[in-house]
Amino acid sequence: MAYGPKIIDHYENPRNVGNFGSQDSMKSDKRIGVGLVGAPECGDVMQLCIKVDEQTGKIQDAKFKTFGCGSAIASSSLATEWLKGKSLDEGLAIRNSDIVQELSLPPVKIHCSVLAEDAIKAAIADYKKKNGQAVEDHDHDHAAAGR
Amino acid sequence: MSLKLPVYMDHAATTPCDPRVVEAMLPYFTERFGNSGSRNHRFGWEAEEGVDWAREMAAKLIGSTDKEILFTSGSTESNNLAIKGAAYMYEKAPAGSKNRGHIITAIHEHKAVLDPVKRLVKEGFEATFLEPGEDGLITAEMIAKALRPDTILVTIMWANNEIGTINEIPAIGKLCHEKGVLLHTDATQWVGKMPTNVETDNIDLMSWSGHKMYGPKGVGALYVRRHRPRVRLQALQDGGGQERGFRSGTLNVAGIVGFGKACEIAMNEMAADAIRLGRLRKKLEDALTAQIDVSKINGHLEKRLPHITNISFGFVEGEGLMMAVKNIACSSGSACTSASLEPSYVLKALGVGDELAHSSLRLSLGKWTTEEQVDYAIGEITKAVKKLREMSPLYDMHKEGIDLSKVEWAHH
Repeated sequence: MAYGPKIIDHYENPRNVGNFGSQDSMKSDKRIGVGLVGAPECGDVMQLCIKVDEQTGKIQDAKFKTFGCGSAIASSSLATEWLKGKSLDEGLAIRNSDIVQELSLPPVKIHCSVLAEDAIKAAIADYKKKNGQAVEDHDHDHAAAGR
Repeated sequence: MSLKLPVYMDHAATTPCDPRVVEAMLPYFTERFGNSGSRNHRFGWEAEEGVDWAREMAAKLIGSTDKEILFTSGSTESNNLAIKGAAYMYEKAPAGSKNRGHIITAIHEHKAVLDPVKRLVKEGFEATFLEPGEDGLITAEMIAKALRPDTILVTIMWANNEIGTINEIPAIGKLCHEKGVLLHTDATQWVGKMPTNVETDNIDLMSWSGHKMYGPKGVGALYVRRHRPRVRLQALQDGGGQERGFRSGTLNVAGIVGFGKACEIAMNEMAADAIRLGRLRKKLEDALTAQIDVSKINGHLEKRLPHITNISFGFVEGEGLMMAVKNIACSSGSACTSASLEPSYVLKALGVGDELAHSSLRLSLGKWTTEEQVDYAIGEITKAVKKLREMSPLYDMHKEGIDLSKVEWAHH
């Protein structure tokens, strides 16, 4: 597939690859929220980790690891970039359509942006659960889901 | 000498034209432009001579007679004509009725075989779609079990386009002849690469294409047996009655001459090419599987074409991998590289899990693939898999000892 320059850039120079330790250590750290979405047999799995500043309540760091195509990697890379410095509510306001627009994702790749939005929501929900905050049930009002 | 990029390793998709093929074709666009059907002037005779020569070369390559070769636009057309043309000719009941006859094929055939068979099923024929084992092979024994009194046609490819595995064609043909059933084989990946003799290999109908054997695109052939048994077909395209009425339409003379030249070259060179490419592939596979853990070659390890390899690299996705090795032109069984967004049905047929099907790369070597190119591919792919695994949550989990099949995935 011929991709636009922004996807290629994120794919070739992915921002914020990584995590904040092993699965177990992240689970026990209350400052960290982990969202793991997708499935290997579907061809894409995203793990998005956020670290929240307990003083300000803002996302101080975000990291990702993604098994997937170029668009999936670019979408998650962009998501981590956008999340840094945002409050949880601001993070929840990121829509998959914003990602589609920013990266100029082709129509068949829209599901990659949906997955990235899901990963953001899952990571924030995980953090909230760990910290005894109510998790709102978000409806899936994605723009034109790819599958 | 510096390596010219990108490197082409997708010869199972198509091959470049041999310059000798192009040279043979050129006069047929200009001074010998005639219609081979024009019987009454020199222009027509010259064109016909070219076509006759090409037919002779095609026949020689496969051990048939000239009269058993039909020229078509390629394997898709040859497959359609063989399968539908034979089904309509040998049907047990007329159009509009049920139980018109039984056809045997396999689930990992090319779409150009599967779809004609599926259409026939809609039209009242019945079909058995054989499932291979994890080696990908279709054997005579599998065919024997599927044969029925009303079986009219068996259509099994000679070698698979995605994994290169070689089905037991001579043995399947022998069985079919004993039972009085026709055998068609889609030999697109086979002919011109491997020795073929339709007599000793017991074939009744065989399709192949010019562009998979260093000839031009848009031209192919169908072998139709004339003796023991004499195979008849119902034409699918009506018109001027060319190709003994089997395939109407003005002949693609230049293309056919190129096809003939490609057949002639293949006869002389394929044996040496196969040995050389087998050696290069071995180098490629040995290096990749040694340097990359959790990598697996798909399909039977011995019974396959010497120039194709299909390897799954666990925990990395095929399209992502192809982007990372952008200077190597190859293909993948990943869903993201297919129009259907489904992973390769061929790999699924072998029981390769969806996850590893998404992670597969097909590299197919050709006549002009060099050792330098293979070395480059080894380096690039190894580097790319390493880079993508550093980004892969699945590889982390694997290293932490988590069984990925036990994880409850949030299916999207």
